[in-house]
Amino acid sequence: MNNLLVLPLLIPAFTAVILIFLKERINLQRIISAISVFVNIAIALIIVYQVNTNGIQTLYMGGWLPPYGIVFVADMFAALLVLTTAVVGAACLFFSFASIGEQRERFYYYTFFHFLLTGVFGSFLTGDLFNLFVCFEVLLVASYAMIVLGGTKVQLRETLKYILVNVISSSLFVAAIAYLYAATGTLNMAHLAIRVAEAGQDGVMNVIAVLLLLVFSLKAGLLLFFWLPDSYSAPPLAVRALFGALLTKVGLYAITRTFSLIFVHDLGLTHTLIGWMAGATMILGAVGALAYNDLSRIFNYNIVISVGFIAFGISVATQDSLNGVVFYLMHDMIAKALLFFLGGMIIAASGTEQLRQMGGLIRRYPWTGWMFFILTLALVGVPPLSGFAGKVMMVRSGFGEQHVALALIALASSFVVLYSLIKVFQEVFWGGERSEEEVHPLRYKAMMAPAAVLFVLIILMGIGAETVNGLVAQAGAVLADPAEYINAVMKGVDEDGLSNIVKSHDSVLVDVPE
Amino acid sequence: MEILIALAIGVLFTVGVYLVLSKSLLRILLGTTLLTHGVHLLLLTMAGLKTGASPLLGEKADSYVDPLPQALILTSIVISFGVSAFFIVLAYRAYRSAGMDDVEGSKGERP
Repeated sequence: MNNLLVLPLLIPAFTAVILIFLKERINLQRIISAISVFVNIAIALIIVYQVNTNGIQTLYMGGWLPPYGIVFVADMFAALLVLTTAVVGAACLFFSFASIGEQRERFYYYTFFHFLLTGVFGSFLTGDLFNLFVCFEVLLVASYAMIVLGGTKVQLRETLKYILVNVISSSLFVAAIAYLYAATGTLNMAHLAIRVAEAGQDGVMNVIAVLLLLVFSLKAGLLLFFWLPDSYSAPPLAVRALFGALLTKVGLYAITRTFSLIFVHDLGLTHTLIGWMAGATMILGAVGALAYNDLSRIFNYNIVISVGFIAFGISVATQDSLNGVVFYLMHDMIAKALLFFLGGMIIAASGTEQLRQMGGLIRRYPWTGWMFFILTLALVGVPPLSGFAGKVMMVRSGFGEQHVALALIALASSFVVLYSLIKVFQEVFWGGERSEEEVHPLRYKAMMAPAAVLFVLIILMGIGAETVNGLVAQAGAVLADPAEYINAVMKGVDEDGLSNIVKSHDSVLVDVPE
Repeated sequence: MEILIALAIGVLFTVGVYLVLSKSLLRILLGTTLLTHGVHLLLLTMAGLKTGASPLLGEKADSYVDPLPQALILTSIVISFGVSAFFIVLAYRAYRSAGMDDVEGSKGERP
């Protein structure tokens, strides 16, 4: 039992509610938001520390032992993602201060921001499949509001499509949960793992597994990413950074968790399917990244490519590749946020999203330019930057496990990332100024500060890869062998004990007088 | 009983999918509503129907209904209620300010 685990949800939710009452007091809103995100980082650090020293932490809500009641679990994987989310969230908040504009701030932007964080933290920490659905909905509803906030024509149009896709995928999620409950009689993930292992992963279980995979793929943009490039181009830049960094990663987290913990008995079917989807995602994402001359679309297709890359690591499913998945997820959350920060500065400075109309920005913004260049190298995976360690672990075990074709696609996709982003670098920063308009005002320092923090993190993660890897390896070990996770959740509840608990639990129920 | 409800769920899903695939925004809205209805009914049916007693009758009860799916449905209904309300308001707003009442208008300009 560790009550700390609920704080990453409570603090943003509480903050969001307070901010509703401070509609007109924007400065106060900012101060409270800033305090809230820093407290969250501190708590995430403590959780990582505790998991590191004491092993997996659990919290049984209301003292109800599993499989009854809701359980929160922080293994190293969840803890690291919570920490990364807290840091990226804080950076996005400070970028919002500089770029989101007073109009949106007055209309509850920060409230939605904190609700979104609540949903993301909840998805990482929950140990219950239905609770995962609820947390998904919390973050989705917040994201609907954030996409449409401002109400321009483009935003209205794209939000309609975004909501439609997500309503349908949420319906399918509940349907999958219903089937799973009918087949196993539980929704606690650790308990599900035991039950599925007992019952064997036969036809019915495989159907449920594939249904869940479809649902999570829609959220993550794995193969089913048709909605992503348009939807993510609609909202303002700070929101795009938040979405690009966090939302697809939640879907990937759900895939990783489900297919490393519960459905692990028919790798030939499920993981082969994930592998195919990953390959197709990388190829299609690469086509998109090369096809467009419009900054936000190039960036959005880069998100798609990295989703495919991470899914490739999940499909290989060795300890080494799962380490790579964890490492690369952390790197990608930070790097994608930074990519959108720098892209946001470029777009704000040149007043357009079309590459052809940009140029010569290196003279006005040398720091932005060189940061963009180094970030490109990090995204491609050039050592000693942060993208390298994750990529090398995944690709190495891909070759080792006979997934040669996929590993080659993954390597080729890195070159596409390099080409597309260097093209952006050339067009934006080289040459002369192409826009005839006057220089757009830009709160340069305020925008640079959060970007610089993430930039330093990318370099530190690359140079200190050995240290980070110590933590990442713990996460990968739990993913590769979920016994530790199951034991931590079902502590003292072995197979015989489970029926004992059922008995003692029934007696707790109130007797209804005749 | 389960067979009957299963058929009803099937019909709800079919009609829901058919409506979602149509062009008119209003039909799509109704389609998603029917789809979520079908899903909720599915969740209820999966725990077994007509077991002969209400849930939580105490340890000596011979039979009782599984209370968990009902709790789940309640949560899910609240969520879909909120999302539907938001969706409807948004569609209305899109109709009023962007003149959009079917998905033809939602394609947007391509670069």
